[in-house]
Amino acid sequence: MSEEQPKPPSSPPASAPKTQPPVSVARRHFLFTWLGFAWTGFAAATLAALSTCLRFMFPNVLFEPNPIFNAGKPDDYDIGKVDLRWKEKYAVWLVREPEGMYALSTVCTHLGCTPSWMESEQKFKCPCHGSGFYASGINFEGPAPRPLERYAIRLGEDGNIIVDKSRKFQQEKGEWNQPDSFLYL
Amino acid sequence: MGEAIKAAIDAFASPVSIFVGSILVFAVFMTFPKQCTTRWVSAVFAVLFLAFFAFGLTDEHFRGIVTKPDNVPIVAMLFIFGYFTWFAMKKAVDNDERIAKGEPPWEKTEADEKVMVFPYLIYIEFVVALFCSIGLVLWSIFLKAPLEEPANPTISPNPSKAPWYFLGLQEMLVYFDPWIAGVLLPTFIILGLCALPYIDRDTKTSGFYSYAARKMPIMFFMFGFWILWILLIIVGTFLRGPNWNFFGPFEVWDVHKVVPLVNINLSEIIFIKWLSQGLPSNWFLREAPGILIVLFYFAVPPVLMAKTVCKKIYEKVGPERYGVFIILMLMMLALPIKMFLRWGFNLKYIVAIPEFFFNI
Repeated sequence: MSEEQPKPPSSPPASAPKTQPPVSVARRHFLFTWLGFAWTGFAAATLAALSTCLRFMFPNVLFEPNPIFNAGKPDDYDIGKVDLRWKEKYAVWLVREPEGMYALSTVCTHLGCTPSWMESEQKFKCPCHGSGFYASGINFEGPAPRPLERYAIRLGEDGNIIVDKSRKFQQEKGEWNQPDSFLYL
Repeated sequence: MGEAIKAAIDAFASPVSIFVGSILVFAVFMTFPKQCTTRWVSAVFAVLFLAFFAFGLTDEHFRGIVTKPDNVPIVAMLFIFGYFTWFAMKKAVDNDERIAKGEPPWEKTEADEKVMVFPYLIYIEFVVALFCSIGLVLWSIFLKAPLEEPANPTISPNPSKAPWYFLGLQEMLVYFDPWIAGVLLPTFIILGLCALPYIDRDTKTSGFYSYAARKMPIMFFMFGFWILWILLIIVGTFLRGPNWNFFGPFEVWDVHKVVPLVNINLSEIIFIKWLSQGLPSNWFLREAPGILIVLFYFAVPPVLMAKTVCKKIYEKVGPERYGVFIILMLMMLALPIKMFLRWGFNLKYIVAIPEFFFNI
């Protein structure tokens, strides 16, 4: 292979090359040449793309509702029912039993989807992987490894229910015996 | 007539029957590749498959699922993968026969003639690229992108499905702890695929299709690919409905379908069912049987198999590479084992330590 090197292209005519004077482009005319358009466009596009970095100058704050909220009077809730009214805003189910109430987190303990309460079957059923929970929050089917979490719940001075989402109680740690995990009425 | 067939198929369809049936078909195909790739047998298979599909399209519900824009690529995938598996196996069987007769493989006779990459290959690639682009443009025009309203964390769609290429993972998540099915097993899949060429470094059959020289490795790989990945995608796409319940191919997706799925952990089976006593309060005592079983699973079969089934492989690749191979294989087989345990015994976790989120 190495012996047969490609022949160099035929050399240009031997006559001395004439040096042409460089074409001078006045600065104010540069913008109106095609090359000028191209560079201007390129610079503008790059700047526009980089301008999105300005977004990083501002803090990334998620405005979430206050984790402590007033859930109204205990009489607003039907005994034996799972109440869905705070699900959308606070991600909480309030369950009213004859003895009292508790607040369940709507986050599935498997991978964090939101299960749906199925009234006719009396269970929470997760649409993602089929985990099922009783109204008490105890997991009984599917892959969820532990029960739903409960939030702190107590009665305020004015008789309203106060749910505190910043404190949670996990059954597998034996925390459902703690006073604020269940509101006796 | 049609309704009766549909009802019969739905009644027969269950995760167990689909899995066992597929494994049987797979075993027959891998044991008798020559007979299965002959013209008549493959024609019968193809006709049966197409007939089932054509019959299914007459059903409104079935049609709705397979023509959903998300699912169209999966339907295409079924045909494409089926064809290429058949094609590769046919070529491999041909080559094995030629080699047995002392002839060179089929690729050898073809590869003697050489042409330039440019223009012959480049032009073909260019034309293919053109048609692919046209195809994608048409696809994007006629099939709607599955975009929905902005996500709301408090409302999970029912059923919530992963992108189609992750549906195998989602199906695995039904049987395993999220940490295992979502992190550990995918990592092992990727590492295992990377490790393949280093485990079996034999170049004797490089460059052409061949089955006889590598029966065991090819079988393991195809099992992992077809049964544990493609089949799981099929089940996840077409047969999982609301609440991730299993539905037959012609069954209407009823949100209120109730399937008893009460699962129990191994510790509960042992201490409550068999020994009729409460669970020990100490988690280590409670989970000791499960931990022993898992240790046994990863310690004993590798040694036994090195002396029996995998003796040849062990002698060929040596202890280190055999160790890697066998661990990968045991991880892979853990999936069907756990699935059958779930179906057969409603077993949830072999080791369940919710105290610090460790479940196997």
